[in-house]
Amino acid sequence: MSVAAPGELLPRKRPVVVARDLRKVFTGPDAVPFDALRDVHFEVAPGTLTALVGPDGAGKTTLMRMIAGLLHPDGGTLEVLGLDVRHEAQAVQNRISYMPQRFGLYEDLSIQENLDLYADLHGVSKETRAERFPRLLAMTDLARFTARPAGQLSGGMKQKLGLACTLVRVPDLLLLDEPSVGVDPLSRRDLWTIIEQMIAEEGLSVLVSTAYMDEAERCERVHVFNKGEQLAQGTPQELRTRVAGLTWVASPRSEEPARDLQARLIDASERIVDAVPSGGEVRYIRRPEVTDEQLDDLVGDRVARPREEELEDAFMLLLREHESDRNQVPGPSADVAGDEVRSGSSTSAAKDEAPIIEVRDLVRRFGDFTAVASTSFDVRRGEIFGLLGPNGAGKTTTFRMLCGLLPATSGHLEVAGVNLRTARATARRRIGYVAQKFALYANLSVRENLEFFGGAYGLRGRALRDRIRVIEAQFELDPHAQSGILPHGYKQRLAMAAGLIHEPRILFLDEPTSGIDPLARRAFWRTITQLSQSGVTIIVTTHFMEEAEYCDRIAIQDAGRLLALGTPRKVREQAGERGRDMNSAFIAIVEQGREASMSREPETEAVS
Amino acid sequence: MNEFAALVFPILTLIRKELLAIFKDPANRIVLFAPAFVQTLLFGYGASFDLTNVPYAVLDQSHSAASSAFLAHLDGTGVFRRQATLSTPGQIAQVIDQGRVIMAISLPSDFADTLAAGGDAPVQLILDGRNSTTAGAASGYIAAVATAFNARRSGGGGITLVRRAWFNPNLESRWQIVPAMIATLSMLQTLLLAALSVAREREQGTFDQLLVTPLTPLQILVGKAIPSIMIGMLQSSIVLMIALFWFQIPMSGSIALLYLGLLGFTGAAVGIGMSLSALALNMQQAMLYTFLVIMPLTLLSGLITPVRNMPQVLQIATYVNPLRFGVDLVRRVYLEGAGLGDIYPDFIPMFAVAAVTLPLAAWLFRHRLA
Repeated sequence: MSVAAPGELLPRKRPVVVARDLRKVFTGPDAVPFDALRDVHFEVAPGTLTALVGPDGAGKTTLMRMIAGLLHPDGGTLEVLGLDVRHEAQAVQNRISYMPQRFGLYEDLSIQENLDLYADLHGVSKETRAERFPRLLAMTDLARFTARPAGQLSGGMKQKLGLACTLVRVPDLLLLDEPSVGVDPLSRRDLWTIIEQMIAEEGLSVLVSTAYMDEAERCERVHVFNKGEQLAQGTPQELRTRVAGLTWVASPRSEEPARDLQARLIDASERIVDAVPSGGEVRYIRRPEVTDEQLDDLVGDRVARPREEELEDAFMLLLREHESDRNQVPGPSADVAGDEVRSGSSTSAAKDEAPIIEVRDLVRRFGDFTAVASTSFDVRRGEIFGLLGPNGAGKTTTFRMLCGLLPATSGHLEVAGVNLRTARATARRRIGYVAQKFALYANLSVRENLEFFGGAYGLRGRALRDRIRVIEAQFELDPHAQSGILPHGYKQRLAMAAGLIHEPRILFLDEPTSGIDPLARRAFWRTITQLSQSGVTIIVTTHFMEEAEYCDRIAIQDAGRLLALGTPRKVREQAGERGRDMNSAFIAIVEQGREASMSREPETEAVS
Repeated sequence: MNEFAALVFPILTLIRKELLAIFKDPANRIVLFAPAFVQTLLFGYGASFDLTNVPYAVLDQSHSAASSAFLAHLDGTGVFRRQATLSTPGQIAQVIDQGRVIMAISLPSDFADTLAAGGDAPVQLILDGRNSTTAGAASGYIAAVATAFNARRSGGGGITLVRRAWFNPNLESRWQIVPAMIATLSMLQTLLLAALSVAREREQGTFDQLLVTPLTPLQILVGKAIPSIMIGMLQSSIVLMIALFWFQIPMSGSIALLYLGLLGFTGAAVGIGMSLSALALNMQQAMLYTFLVIMPLTLLSGLITPVRNMPQVLQIATYVNPLRFGVDLVRRVYLEGAGLGDIYPDFIPMFAVAAVTLPLAAWLFRHRLA
């Protein structure tokens, strides 16, 4: 610990950030102005770790950028490090470090050159560099690759390098905007180790925004935002007390999939705030005003018991209350898959034992690099199958081969009874695909998009019109709205509608929940489970490990190899003691896999 | 029949989608048509080799009736405008250096005497060679004026040269350039449009969505090429209308043949554009590739400078340039009234280019990986 950490030089009492009545107005895609932030009162105490949490569009990035002096407030006052940012932006910027969501790494420069460049930009002296660079490289575990161009790093490594570049000097205030977004659990854990180490060693004041509640839990203060408003603030303990006594967990009946019980609970939104499958059970939050008797017919003879409340529970309660105040509960559209869904029929009965996807010894190489190495698995009809893996593990490559976007180097690949290597066009007719990013034609209307994709799948005339009417009703879409300016949730519904227009037997979803808020994620999974109950097979990739609990079976890949395959329960068991939840099970399995491969082939590691 | 419908219907859907996507964007609606208007007018008025109002200076050291007669002749052509009358040879360099005149005519003091003695009186012409085209044309005019002057003096007789320029009787460069614009301008836009069509979808992620549909690369190719060709033909029509009705350049050939030729030509241009598009990973690359090829295509087309003046190697290279044959075809049909029998050789290289680039683009759709 350094003797005179900068945090201690400042008077203890004086906050590093003070915001009063802060307001920012933006113009929406439909050219109507809206408040990106309003009435924000906000303080950051020196030497502490403060979190901003909230879904996309909550105003977290806007607040960060205003603090960094990159945006002008439209109302209120904002003081950073005792200076008025509005007038002394440069003076503030000289003393803070800001890591935006997409950090500006120079992709063609090496790791070392990027570090040197940022040190030059900040005027860091030679002596400081000699002391600091080795420490940063050791912490980020990048010392081995200093000559590698930043463009060739994995997503997690890029984020770590971005953090290292931000920390080439000791700032009086460090702003981190969603540093862990799109980063796999392992890199996420490493990032947080670095952040906490820097706080301990240098007494940094840090403001971090995040969508992960386990990250917010590590912070001293948490501020919850939604749609430009601050909903609550306090220590994680204070926030947790809001849901004290409301948090429960129920075990499904034998043979009943956890997600069916979850669907049953979350559909009863007048009594239940939130429900998620976890570890074969269902964790749920009751509405405060609901009595035990009122829940009896929901839970029935299943075993329910109270559980310890978590920050995530408090967050869900705050969001749900805020959304219902705004009179727009984004509940799942009812009956997406027809009437039989309501009955909550067990999915296992509908499942055919014959595989609908057969993968044998699948290999994909790009030059010398093996992206996917000899992978085999089956997916059965009506299953929800999850593909999980860290960034660069080969899951996207596998996924793209399955939907026929990428030819395999070798191996056998059969989708919907058709060999994908010989009859790709036929196979494509039987699958639907929803891309990660909204990938429909933005300047066409909803109807025009659906007409196009329907036509591309060979539907025409009456059949096409009927199908469009059905699917528009199912997903509650306004046919005349322009696709590009729909709110995110509706864009995703449209993408799903386009992917389902030809009633495919298999639906491929690539990272469907990245960048969407927790409420929309619940609604989305509700739609997915309903689709699966109607017999559609679902293949999904995700980096939210807890979402694996919705899947019938999951596959975990790392470095192109299949490390685990089976039901979520089986995968957790494979992880052994460390498999308390999906996130830690995932980390354990990937680490076991890496250790095994290190001990197996140390020579090749040394050569490459 | 049903199978045929199953093949064609998705293509029609794609064509409709492409046209909607293009015309629903208000910026596109302007960008696709306004430049065709403006550029045709610009080229029609601006790009001209015809000399009018050429500023010149005179150093008349003869001060005789003969020298005045010669200069009157010169001023009477309407091509030249006397900017300065000099008194000493030393002033010549000054007016030319300053760019006030592009040539200076020096009549020696013995001009009238030599002529009277029946000798050859030299007239010195000093030209500004910084623009060789204008200088060359101006000296040509002066030579013609001198010939006419001589003929007048000798009172007839001798040889008179009677010029008849076919297809462009007054040798107006506008006649040479505007019809060529029917091919050139539409190529610039169709090339860019086609180049952006796949690159835009790749960048916005919609191309994957298109590739997972049962559409075959051939269907995608046809569905994307036809809208580009349609817009190219529309632009050609705009330029044609301006040529016919604004500049009133008479058309000698058949409209049907002109359009047939344009179809072949635009097809080849779209083929090049689609290949660039399939090669590019994003719109920026597609744009860059397009600008890289447009320059040589225009330069080596014979639009301004004749192909046969080029070095042998470049002349051979022009065979892969559809614009060379497009320009040739349009000019010949428009000005000369050429029939299919005259111009069919122009089709061969254009078809060859289309036959290579279109399938190449289709192949690249699935094999060019990000």
